[in-house]
Amino acid sequence: MEIPYTVEPRPDTGVYNAKLGIWLFLASEVMLFGALFSSYVLLRVGATTWPHGYEHLNIPLATVNTVVLITSSVTMVMSWASLAMKDIRKYRVYMGSTVALACVFLVIKGFEYAAKFEHGLYPSGSTFLAIYFTLTGLHGLHIIGGIIVNCYLLGPGTRMWKTDPARFTNRVEVAGLYWHFVDLVWIFLFPVLYLL
Amino acid sequence: MSLKAFHLLFVTASVVLAFGFAAWAFEAYSSRGEGGTLLLALLSLLFGAGLVVYGVRVRTKLKGMGIQ
Repeated sequence: MEIPYTVEPRPDTGVYNAKLGIWLFLASEVMLFGALFSSYVLLRVGATTWPHGYEHLNIPLATVNTVVLITSSVTMVMSWASLAMKDIRKYRVYMGSTVALACVFLVIKGFEYAAKFEHGLYPSGSTFLAIYFTLTGLHGLHIIGGIIVNCYLLGPGTRMWKTDPARFTNRVEVAGLYWHFVDLVWIFLFPVLYLL
Repeated sequence: MSLKAFHLLFVTASVVLAFGFAAWAFEAYSSRGEGGTLLLALLSLLFGAGLVVYGVRVRTKLKGMGIQ
């Protein structure tokens, strides 16, 4: 039996099923990160003193990481556009670049964490550090999730391109929507944690 | 919302961040006098301007490819 609405939009929702699914998932993610951002605001407003992020955190490293993530979103869209142009070779180059940039982000984040631990700065050290490690750690887990999905779409998942190219293109679009959400979370995290 | 629309929204947010960061770095330079922050501010301004150009071009290009 064929699964309906994997390519063409459902008449009642106006989108194909995977896209509806990812938006419902992203809505739950908004609630998850929204709750943590709200906790951050409440903790900060309620605190008598609160350190400025730039006094404890490495701004140049975080800036490089921001540029890396923005670039990875560009390569993600390019990989999807390459499939729309039926160019699987370009798709592989762009998707490979997206995965590589995500790994660069995690390596830089690892250096940042290592520097904190070397200076004895652990989540238990202060409320600021606790919320910093919670938010960036959860974001890092989402990056790892994106790497796993993108690696699948770059490797074994590519087989679908031969049998059902339109559906495969839609899968890449859905992965791209998730990737953009994760990057958008960082666009909020960076100023909130590092600059304010 | 398609990936194209979400990408344009993301680029817009990135442009706001780039110019906002440039303003923060300029302020940090004027109040604390750190030379590195001035460089960061200038690079951020350039990056933001580059993103504006990219956003306009990618919108036109994806439209030309028939991607909604």
